[in-house]
Amino acid sequence: MSSIHNPYLPELATVIKIIDETPNIKSFQVILNDPEKMKNFTFEPGQVGQLSLFGVGESTFVINSPPTRLEYLQFSVMKAGEVTSAIHELAEGDQVGVRAPLGNWFPYEQMKGKKILFIGGGIGLAPLRTLILFMIDNRADYGDITIIYGARTPNDLCYKEELKEWEARSDLNSILTVDAEFPGWDKRVGLVPNVLKEVAPSPENTVAITCGPPIMIKFTLQALSELKFKDEQIITTLEKRMKCGIGICGRCNIGTMYVCKDGPVFSLTQLKELPAEL
Amino acid sequence: MADTGFLPKENLSALLEALSKKFQVFAPVLEGDIVLFKRFASGVTLCLTRPANLPPKGIIFPQSEALFNFNFKKDPEDAKKVAIELKENLDFSPTIIFGSRPCDAQGFRIYDRVYLETDTADPYYKGRREKTTIITLACNAPSPGCFCTSVGRGPAETEGSDLMMTELENGYFFEPITEKGEEILKEAGLEDGSAYKEQSQKLHEKVSALVKKPFTTLEGIPEKLLSLFDNNQFWEEETAKCISCGACTYLCPTCYCFNITDEQVGNTGERIRSWDACMFFHFTLEASSHNPRPNKHQRLKNRVGHKFSYYPKKYNNVIACCGCGRCIRYCPMSVDISEIVAHAQGA
Repeated sequence: MSSIHNPYLPELATVIKIIDETPNIKSFQVILNDPEKMKNFTFEPGQVGQLSLFGVGESTFVINSPPTRLEYLQFSVMKAGEVTSAIHELAEGDQVGVRAPLGNWFPYEQMKGKKILFIGGGIGLAPLRTLILFMIDNRADYGDITIIYGARTPNDLCYKEELKEWEARSDLNSILTVDAEFPGWDKRVGLVPNVLKEVAPSPENTVAITCGPPIMIKFTLQALSELKFKDEQIITTLEKRMKCGIGICGRCNIGTMYVCKDGPVFSLTQLKELPAEL
Repeated sequence: MADTGFLPKENLSALLEALSKKFQVFAPVLEGDIVLFKRFASGVTLCLTRPANLPPKGIIFPQSEALFNFNFKKDPEDAKKVAIELKENLDFSPTIIFGSRPCDAQGFRIYDRVYLETDTADPYYKGRREKTTIITLACNAPSPGCFCTSVGRGPAETEGSDLMMTELENGYFFEPITEKGEEILKEAGLEDGSAYKEQSQKLHEKVSALVKKPFTTLEGIPEKLLSLFDNNQFWEEETAKCISCGACTYLCPTCYCFNITDEQVGNTGERIRSWDACMFFHFTLEASSHNPRPNKHQRLKNRVGHKFSYYPKKYNNVIACCGCGRCIRYCPMSVDISEIVAHAQGA
């Protein structure tokens, strides 16, 4: 290998554990094969990585384990296209490639001392998970934490075991919802933006962080605005088709910004300054 | 800078042959009725009378290249265990691009800001770029569609070139721009060219005045395009003729977008980078089937926007179009980017 840093060359890694989250989402825990590199690996909550399956290709996923727990890196993958379908065929022990960390991260320093409101839908909990766990591990730095999370059905909720733990914690306010009545479900029923309006958290000294399908985001932003949240209090993390991950290949731009490098984390204030091309 | 040089026309092939001993030399060669940059060899038909159909960008940024190879190695003890080996190739040969035009050379400057002048430099581009010397031929007549002077450039612009040459009646006048160009000039051992400097400058001025000017100022264009972003009617009308074929991007000296794909045969394969185009539906298509630019007017808007608004806003007002006119000359539907920009300016 040459001495020049090659940003396209993945680190070889091993899948050590696979978790079935939902019928079409699996989580993959990986460790870099080079123990020295694994030991020195650092990242910030919200940063992403390119997961490679040699012979198939690469896709971008958030590292959803927190930087406070670096025994492995976890990626949650929804089966959707060619690469994600092939990733779903992986077995524990299989070899993959990782290019990480890439992109920016949640401004957690500026969130210190504030109340935090997480609003997630479906696989959109993945990027929130890294920050939720990071905040749990640094609990004293943050005020009240509320998590509103929903999915189509109870089976489509990710991280089910963890959700139970979060609900049991007295220092987190976890609110779970599903889109429609479901046998055995005794919690809230309703779309995430509607539940958000019912819960009606105060915007005072609060930062809202949201991620989910585009339609959920759209109505969540409306709901937050009705609840008098200002644009600079709202943070989201975006998705685009990506290839290089370093702001060169050209496909993930919104105006002057590249989601892979300048994002994926944006405040609503920043997004409103960009052309409307999500 | 070192002295200038002069080369009688009949000695051109001999010069290229001499340079070919130390460098791989690419020059504009006539193939059928098109002009392409090809490896120089004795017997090829050089064509310096008009710009090449394709710019020389592929010499530094190949249309397709392997980023690395991968190799699956089965464990002889345990059939289920497969190790992977990765091998990159970052070894590049000294190269000369001979006879590029000023617009072509400036295309590489547009690349440089994105591929080199960043915290994550592209090692493939960097490796080839550093080993390449660019000898540029000033234009002595505009081609149909050229508008370099409207985008702050010109038919004898030196930016991006190492050595400039100007075709005069009996030969070529050479003027070094960089140290690399100076070295080549020394190597070439040409006769002194100072007697031709003034003649060459006069020619440059004459040609510059002949280039058409679809717009006279760049002032406010980046902002104007942004303000028109949501004006679908404007973009639909401007792009009505476009068939999203992407030819404009492939012919463009400044279009630098690429795709990455894997190819595998048996136990070995390559991760390949290839030119890609924002004119294509699939360019931004996500696995969820969501597409931020599903319509052709959105895609052509991105191309115009990138060159005349986003790039200049990011990089100190430099327009990412060098006015070579290829996308205008060769567009099967005669879409004219300079017209779109002029219309935007007047909208």
